[in-house]
Amino acid sequence: MSAQMDDALQTLVVESRELLQHMEEALLLLEQTPDDAEAVNAIFRAAHTIKGSAGLFSLDHVVAFTHVAESVLDRVRDHRLGMSPALGSLLLEVCDHLGQLIDGVAAGQAPDDALSGRSDAIAARLQTYLEAPSAAPAEPDFSDVDWPDGNDIAHPSAAPVRGNDSVTSGMWHISLRSGPNLLRDGMDPLSILRYLGTFGQIVNLELILGDIPPLSVIDPESCYIGYELSFASETDQASIDGAFDFVREDSVVRLIPPYGPLANYRALFADMPEDSLLLGRMLVRCGSLTEEELAQALETQGRMGPDSGGGSPAPLLGEVLVAQQLVDKPLVDAALERQQQVKATAAGEATLIRVDAAKLDQLINLVGELIIAGAGAQLVARRLKVPDLVESTSVLARLVEDVRDSALTLRMVQIGATFNRFRRVVRDVAAELGKDIQLDIQGGETELDKTVVEKIGDPLTHIVRNALDHGIEPADVRLARGKPQQGRLSLNAHHESGSIVIEVSDDGGGLRKERILQKAVERGLVSEGQVLSDKEIFGLIFEPGFSTATQVSNLSGRGVGMDVVKRNILALRGTVDLDSVEGQGTTVRLRLPLTLAIIDGFLIGAGNASYVVPLEQVLECIELPEEDKPEQGASYLNLRGEVLPFVRLRDLFDIPGEAPRRENVVVVQYAGERAGLVVDQLFGEFQTVIKPLGKVFSHIRCIGGSIILGSGEVALILDVPGLVRQVTERQPVSRHLPSTLSPV
Amino acid sequence: MATLARKDAPAVAAEPCQYLTFTLGGEMYAVETLSVKEIIEYGQVTTVPMMPPSIRGVINLRGAVVPVIDLKARFGGQPTEVTRRTCIVIIEMGGSDECQVLGILVDTVSEVLEIPPGEVEAPPAFGARIRADFIRGMGKVGGGFVILLNVEAVLSTDELSVLDALSRQGTPVDTGALPRLGSSVAG
Repeated sequence: MSAQMDDALQTLVVESRELLQHMEEALLLLEQTPDDAEAVNAIFRAAHTIKGSAGLFSLDHVVAFTHVAESVLDRVRDHRLGMSPALGSLLLEVCDHLGQLIDGVAAGQAPDDALSGRSDAIAARLQTYLEAPSAAPAEPDFSDVDWPDGNDIAHPSAAPVRGNDSVTSGMWHISLRSGPNLLRDGMDPLSILRYLGTFGQIVNLELILGDIPPLSVIDPESCYIGYELSFASETDQASIDGAFDFVREDSVVRLIPPYGPLANYRALFADMPEDSLLLGRMLVRCGSLTEEELAQALETQGRMGPDSGGGSPAPLLGEVLVAQQLVDKPLVDAALERQQQVKATAAGEATLIRVDAAKLDQLINLVGELIIAGAGAQLVARRLKVPDLVESTSVLARLVEDVRDSALTLRMVQIGATFNRFRRVVRDVAAELGKDIQLDIQGGETELDKTVVEKIGDPLTHIVRNALDHGIEPADVRLARGKPQQGRLSLNAHHESGSIVIEVSDDGGGLRKERILQKAVERGLVSEGQVLSDKEIFGLIFEPGFSTATQVSNLSGRGVGMDVVKRNILALRGTVDLDSVEGQGTTVRLRLPLTLAIIDGFLIGAGNASYVVPLEQVLECIELPEEDKPEQGASYLNLRGEVLPFVRLRDLFDIPGEAPRRENVVVVQYAGERAGLVVDQLFGEFQTVIKPLGKVFSHIRCIGGSIILGSGEVALILDVPGLVRQVTERQPVSRHLPSTLSPV
Repeated sequence: MATLARKDAPAVAAEPCQYLTFTLGGEMYAVETLSVKEIIEYGQVTTVPMMPPSIRGVINLRGAVVPVIDLKARFGGQPTEVTRRTCIVIIEMGGSDECQVLGILVDTVSEVLEIPPGEVEAPPAFGARIRADFIRGMGKVGGGFVILLNVEAVLSTDELSVLDALSRQGTPVDTGALPRLGSSVAG
């Protein structure tokens, strides 16, 4: 029971976080277009749903806080209150604070004093937006409602013009027959009532206990009760509906608005399992129907019943109503159409399902195993040279690859959600810095693996903050330089040959080369008088402890940013590079693999062992020319007129034995640099699942992971950047930069 | 270190235990059967370059890549020579956060013994050929002693990976010229 309660609470937390994200997005949108009614509605709905769900769990602190925000939003929605930047900021704060409250709920903690204090402070500021602040925020505010004559409580706006077939009661009528699993799902019929009480008044309630079985067979975890209640409130149908959101799936809920048509009650009698007369008596006791109305409703129903008894199926309620001339035919058609629409939407929603990420990972692991097993079978088939077997295994292999591809796409998500998070970052940072900055997002629909998405958030934040803080100049400087006052930052993503490229560009001041060089000399990273290429100079800002900002702001400039960014991106088998034109702006380009699970590799052999080089880093393969064979260690060869430094894998890895007479060179490229790897054999392309090497090998630098070959043997994946670094470190004389530059 | 190990010993000996015994360079060792997952024949170990000799390489254990530790080299001896009877004992360790699976290379696997707690002596303060914290206790079997290994210490992932980092700080490639493992860590 408690585990299910936790599940339900977990759902609340997940949904609330999603809603808060929508709310934030809509709020940011509102800053651009303050009149967007749809955005206001979205914010209101989000707040309302959170309040509703929290109410079901009796999270009173969340309900009370959200209620105030909702009241303000309600006024905005009704145009009684205009959106202003101040209100927008306040609502963003509300959003953040709700996030903290929800975090507290997720952690199972009661709100501490600081948090409650903040709730009160924000609520107090919200209250100033309410024209007539009510004393207790949890109480509905009826003060501005005009009561029609003759009724104590009535509904002012939603009430239709009373026709002949309408009832006289000015109250909502709600019927609930709870499903047996209501309690098991973590709900409580009482908490629904409690929640209803926060925005209206339950006038009368009749409990339906007829379904409760004898004590001997009762299941204490099942819910058997139902109720009929009349409810006085000024809210709309959606709000009341909201109270039943969590139980609707399993239970039967009927809602009849004030002055609702009698036909609705007739439908209710038809739908509910109880005897109509019994039920009718209850409704009368509730005050929803008068005796007269009940008689009328039952009479009509009774009269229609026998008429249709002659073998033909009972007429639909709609037909009954039309026949009785109670409703116009077009009205019924419209209602039916609407029902169809609702069904269509429901079907559209059903195409998305939430799946536990661990289950997906397991599936992908299994597919990985399948590929390895398939490769093994293919190997055996080729060795046996049975044509039919070779044929069928290759068909199998193709299918398995298809399965793998579609399994991997399951984990693909669009990067747009990550990009959209930066709207808030840009807004807040720009406000803090007093700059006016616009964010452009392109390629938000570009897909990449979820694990990659999760890991690029932090590096991207660093880069964006850097661009905002150091890149884009203050407005006066911009104007002096002849640029538009508003700065632009753009986030761009696109696919490029099996990897995703993410660009963060600004139209700011660009990097000043002399300043970077000067700083590097000061820090002893570069000796004076050294000549560096532009790329090398820009590369310096990715070195640990390097920051050119003369002033350390609280956003960046502490020199712990870009080196962390580079390290994180390299850990994802990605690369970072940077282009900058002084005075015009900077572009930081991240190149990342689409997935971390699969590698397109080039299989090579040295000694008895096989190694894999990521295919995207392989440029070409050549035979090692006889005249270039060195005695020992790294050397260079002439590749069509260019110098290509190379390293022998045998020497680097201390592989025992003699090298074969013919050796091959794999030309690899990374971060714009080329190098040659001298190996014994070339086996060709190979696509497979990466297996991590485990904690024992956590410090190893030249190996990026491992794969399992079709033969069952393990082959190691070469980490080309690490390998090249290892080689350059071993060289006694560095080429350009002293060894202090190399990361430890 | 020795006093530390002695303090551990009585707690371990509190319940009767089954041990898997094996030989390594003529000496008899034992590990608790609870931590042993399986025993497989030696074969197809892929050497991982630039690792100390105590890390023999990795094997494919039904789709999982498992590191293999050369115990003899770990104890400061020469790397194990592979014979017909060489085996890999797969050990499963319940770490603090996740479960670690490692293989250890042994000369021969002998038998499973039940050693009552009363027959387990505290490790000697000195005189054993291996580091004192590697020994959980000395089991008395048929008049002789069996060294009961403290698997957590012998196969400590932190220590093994630090060893590998240490090995690179010296002469990075020349693995033969590495400091002896036992002495480099203990000293």
